[in-house]
Amino acid sequence: MSASILFDTPGPKARRRILAINILGALLGLGLLAWVIFGLAAKGQMQASQWDDFVQANTWKNYLLPGLYNTLQAAIYGVIGSVIFGLIFGVGRLSQNKLINGISTVVVEFFRAVPVLLMIVFFNVFFSRTLALGGDTAMWAVVAALVFYNGSVVAELVRSGVHNLPKGQREAGIAIGLTRGRSLRYIEIPQALVAMLPALIGQFIVILKDSALGYIISFNELLFYARTYTSPNGNVLQGLIVAAAIFILINFALGKLAEIVSRRLSSRVKKEKNAPVPVGVPAGLPPAAGDTPDKGTDPNPKK
Amino acid sequence: MENYLTIFTEYDIPGAFWVNIQLTFWAAIGALVLGTILAMLRISPVASFQAIGTSYVNLIRNTPLTIIILFGVLALYGQLGFNLGGEFHENFFRLAVMGLALYHAAFVCEAIRSGVNTVPLGQAEAARAIGLSFMPAARLVILPQAFRGAIVPLGNTLIALIKNSTVAAVGSVATEASSVMKTMIEFRADIVIPIFLTFAIGFVIIVIPVGLLTTWLSKKLAVAR
Repeated sequence: MSASILFDTPGPKARRRILAINILGALLGLGLLAWVIFGLAAKGQMQASQWDDFVQANTWKNYLLPGLYNTLQAAIYGVIGSVIFGLIFGVGRLSQNKLINGISTVVVEFFRAVPVLLMIVFFNVFFSRTLALGGDTAMWAVVAALVFYNGSVVAELVRSGVHNLPKGQREAGIAIGLTRGRSLRYIEIPQALVAMLPALIGQFIVILKDSALGYIISFNELLFYARTYTSPNGNVLQGLIVAAAIFILINFALGKLAEIVSRRLSSRVKKEKNAPVPVGVPAGLPPAAGDTPDKGTDPNPKK
Repeated sequence: MENYLTIFTEYDIPGAFWVNIQLTFWAAIGALVLGTILAMLRISPVASFQAIGTSYVNLIRNTPLTIIILFGVLALYGQLGFNLGGEFHENFFRLAVMGLALYHAAFVCEAIRSGVNTVPLGQAEAARAIGLSFMPAARLVILPQAFRGAIVPLGNTLIALIKNSTVAAVGSVATEASSVMKTMIEFRADIVIPIFLTFAIGFVIIVIPVGLLTTWLSKKLAVAR
């Protein structure tokens, strides 16, 4: 979209110039790539012996996949916890009770300002002294830190999601006799949750990336395995690249998913806005027979 | 209470935060320069430039910062003998700054791009109408407005950078706050929670003014339309 702001449609002369620069840029990019690869080769990092570890089943079965499993496990616990934490404190920040509102604000602002790594280090020592979690202490420390930080971010998402809803939604809720809390629970939060789905998927990426911080407290996640496995063989560089590639693939896919969900949601909203409002049909009735559902004429698609 | 106060004489807590501020300062400059260049590449009409910018952002943004910092120490320094000069500890500090700058440049790029999107089409059309070509139009008309529109996302990136400067601990920068805190809570088991709260509040004190400043600046510098 930004490109259209900056440029006119180029004429023949500009097109030739752009093509020339384009080829130059492509050569530059490839040159950069070649420089890195040949630079690594010159340092003796491109030997098959350093890379073929990563095409052997043993490496994947005993190191990378268990590591990935632990990473994903921590991330999924982190996501579930964050959503629960975010809902509680997000609703708390919307509360009209000054005490609840104040506590929620302090909690959310505090945990958003504290580095995740600081919390991970703290929880690791704290849990190992107070709770008997055995070998899972490191994982629970990572999960707790992820929940407190990302939960606070989700709380803000919930709050802004509710604030961005049309005012009529709440007014309608109150008009049919719901209390403020019930209108929040039955009308506003469900819609806000749907609207914040893309941002929530984006937060999943953050959680997945931050779970790698567990490395510092020896949580045996993907990065930790990639490093400890390669350390004795002298191919840490290769191990880190493989670990990074796995993270990039997963996160890139999640990013694309967020884009698709966001596009779906925005097209749905547009459809609802532009949909012709059928006159005289009571809201909530199923569309008349013969109406194709994708026409968007259903005035009350969510019921 | 007295027991608690001894930690301030035993350990250099302000000094630890000072290391984080230094890491943030240098990394922020690096990230801003590289991020601006990347944003220029991504909004240029040249497909190959766009591809370079987009691949950089997609690769770096999806990689955990931990891996990037660790790569600097274990792969660049440990395995390739890459040295950024200075004495032993200075080298680790510079590698950490480099990792932080490379990582946050991707976010700076996206922040500036979102700023460019806030500039109305008419501005660019007016710039072209008075005969400015791409570079002058970008430099004189588009980017100044884009930066002003990008203050909030840039401020958020700076806040993230301040907090992420603790990840330098992975890169063997042992004098920064999270490493010092780690040592402290391992030796002073009696006051684990007060120590954590001290460091946490330290970050709150640094981060919240930056947030307020960002909000104030974005309102003050908002382009009146």
